[in-house]
Amino acid sequence: MSILVNKSSRVIVQGFTGKEGTFHAEQCIAYGTNVVGGVTPGKGDQTHLGRPVFNTVKEAVKATDADTSLILVPPAFAADAVIEAAAMGIKVIVCITEGIPTRDVIVAKKFVDKHNATLVGPNCPGIITADEAKVGIMPGFVFKKGTIGLISKSGTLTYEMANQVVLAGLGISTAIGIGGDPIIGSTIIDLLKLFEKDIETEAIVIIGEIGGDMEIQAAEYIKENITKPVVAFIAGSTAPKGKRMGHAGAIIAGSKGTAQEKKNALAKAGVTVVDSPADIGVKVREVLNK
Amino acid sequence: MNIHEYQAKQIFAKYDVLIPKGKMIEKAEDAKDAAREIGGNIWVVKAQIHAGGRGKGGGVKLARSIDEVEKNASEILGMTLITHQTGPAGKLVKKVYIEAGVDIKEELYLGMVLDRAKELPVMMASTEGGVEIEKVATEMPEKIIKVEIDPLTGFQGYHARELAFGLNLSKEQIKEFGKFAKALYKVYTLNDASLVEINPLVLTADDKFIALDAKMGFDDNALFRHPDISEMRDLDEEDPAEIEANNYGLSYVKLDGNVGCMVNGAGLAMSTMDIIKLEGGEPANFLDVGGKASASTVAKGFEIILKDPNVKAILVNIFGGIVRCDRIANGILEATETTKVEVPIVVRLDGTNAKEAIEIIGNSNLTNIISATDLGDAARKVVKAAKGA
Repeated sequence: MSILVNKSSRVIVQGFTGKEGTFHAEQCIAYGTNVVGGVTPGKGDQTHLGRPVFNTVKEAVKATDADTSLILVPPAFAADAVIEAAAMGIKVIVCITEGIPTRDVIVAKKFVDKHNATLVGPNCPGIITADEAKVGIMPGFVFKKGTIGLISKSGTLTYEMANQVVLAGLGISTAIGIGGDPIIGSTIIDLLKLFEKDIETEAIVIIGEIGGDMEIQAAEYIKENITKPVVAFIAGSTAPKGKRMGHAGAIIAGSKGTAQEKKNALAKAGVTVVDSPADIGVKVREVLNK
Repeated sequence: MNIHEYQAKQIFAKYDVLIPKGKMIEKAEDAKDAAREIGGNIWVVKAQIHAGGRGKGGGVKLARSIDEVEKNASEILGMTLITHQTGPAGKLVKKVYIEAGVDIKEELYLGMVLDRAKELPVMMASTEGGVEIEKVATEMPEKIIKVEIDPLTGFQGYHARELAFGLNLSKEQIKEFGKFAKALYKVYTLNDASLVEINPLVLTADDKFIALDAKMGFDDNALFRHPDISEMRDLDEEDPAEIEANNYGLSYVKLDGNVGCMVNGAGLAMSTMDIIKLEGGEPANFLDVGGKASASTVAKGFEIILKDPNVKAILVNIFGGIVRCDRIANGILEATETTKVEVPIVVRLDGTNAKEAIEIIGNSNLTNIISATDLGDAARKVVKAAKGA
C-alpha cells in the first residue's frame, strides 16, 4: 500500500524525447518505475530509452494501458498536455512544468476533476512511493521506505525533510510535492484523505509555506477527519509582506497568508507544529513514540 | 508584474471601459499643453508610482487653471512620495498623469482578483468607494458583494445584476453598469491579469460609470503571450539587485539583516531565513539559486549578496538532488577567486555528492570557509560568524 503511485502504475512521460523529459524519464526508469512509453507529437513510431514513443496520448493509452502520466513539456503547452491526459482516461497526472499561466491551470483543473482524475502540480517535484515508483524529479535515494506520508508545497525542502525523517530512523511511504503556484491540482486536504486511508502510513508530515489559506483549510479538516498524528512546518515566518518569495503563490497579501496564522490554525487542530525546519525528523519520531 | 495607473487606463480604453481624458507627462513644461489638449476647466494631477495612498501623501492635486496644472506638475515631479505602501524611504516620482476633472455623484468600488480558495476569479463591488478596500473587508465585510465567474462560461448577465442590485443602483444605471462590468471582465481575462481594481469607480451626475483610478497586476507566467504588456514594465519601480538576479535566473529579495543566504529552492530558502532568525540572527536576503544551480549561478549569487554592505557572513545551504554538490563546491571556490569574499562563509552541502563536495572545500586553502553538517549546525555557525565571535 501507499498512495497514488506504486509498482504496478503504468507510467507514460509527456514530453518524453525533450531534454528534461529524457533526463528525468531515465532517472525514473533507473529508480524502478514502470515507464511503459512516452508521447512526443511528431516522433511516433520511434523508440526512446527502450520504450515506444507515440504521437498522442490516445495512441499511448491504447498500446500500453497507461494509467499515470508525468508531464515535462514547456509551459505554453502544459495545460493542453494535462487536458489531453485526462481526456484519454489517465487517472494520475503529474505536471512538473513551471510557469503555466494561472488561467490555463484553472481550466485544466476543472477538466481533470470532471474526468475523475487526480492532478498533482503544476510546478512541483512530483510523487514518489519509496522503493516502488518515482513519478517526478526528486532525488530517489533520499526517500527510504517507511511509514511517514509527506505532503509539501516545496521541492528541495521536501528532500531536506525526507532526509531528516530517514536520519531519525524512519522512512517514507509516499511523498508528494504539490507545488507552490496559486492554483494547484491536488490540495493538502485531497492528500490527507488518501493518507488517512492508507494502512502503510502511520503519520503525516505537512510542509506548508506563506500565501493562500490551504493550510488553514487543512487544519479544519484535520480536526474533524484525521486520526493519524500530523507534524507540520510552515516556511516563511521571516518573509516580508507583499514580496513574492520565489514561488508564485508564496506571497503574503495584506494580513492574510502569514506563517503565524497557519501555525496557529494547525496547532489548534491538534497538529504538532515545529518552528525550526531542523526539527522535523526528531518531532516525527517523538510523535510516533507517544 | 504591476503597471502604472495611466497604463492600466490605456488598456481599459481598448475594451471600452470608460475613463476620463488624460495624458502622462515626464516634464513639467509639457503640463500646459497636456491640459489644453484634455480641455475643460478643472484637472487632476496625479503622481505615477506603483503604490497606493498617493492622495494622502500629497501626490494627487486638483487644478482649476492651466497655470495651476503646471505648478502642481512641477511640484509632484521629482518629489519623493511616501505612502503606507512605499515604505519609509518613499518613491521618487518621475511621471505624472494629468486628467480631466469628473463631476462625481457617487464613489463606488469595483475589482477583480483570483480567489485561490475557490479557484476562480471573483468580481467584487462595494458602495464604499474611495477608501481602502482591505479596511472595508475587515470592518464591514457585508458591504462587499462578490460574484465568482467560471472561465468556461464567462461573465453572465446575472453576475452584473447581483452586483448592481447589491450596489442599490436604479434600473437605468443597472444597464450601464452591466456594460461596464462586462468590459472589465474582458480586461481581466484577455490580458491574464492577476488583479484589476477601480477605486473609486465614479457614478457621474449624468449616470455614467467612469474609472477614476485604475490598478492592474498581471500573472507573470502569462506575460509570454502579452508582449504589449511586458513592454509596460517600469524598471524604475523595481529593486535593481532583484532585476539583476532575475536576469541570471536567480530569485532575490533584499531584507534588513546581516546574514546573507544562498539556497537552492524557494521553500528551503525561506526555511533557511527562518532558522537564522530562530538562532538569533537576521537574514539579509532571500536568494534561490534554482533547481539547476551551477558554478556560475553560485558566483553571481555571491556578487549580488555582497553588494549589500550590511552582510557580515554568508550561509550557503544546498540540498543536492539533481544538482550535484561537488559542482556547487567548485563554484564556491571559483567565486571566491573572482569575487573577493572577505566575510566568513558557512557552507552546508547535503544530498547528491555531498561527501566529495565536503572534501573539495576541506582541501581548499580558504580560511574564511566554515563547514557545517546539517541545517541547525549551519544556522548556529553563521549567526555566530555574523556576530564576529
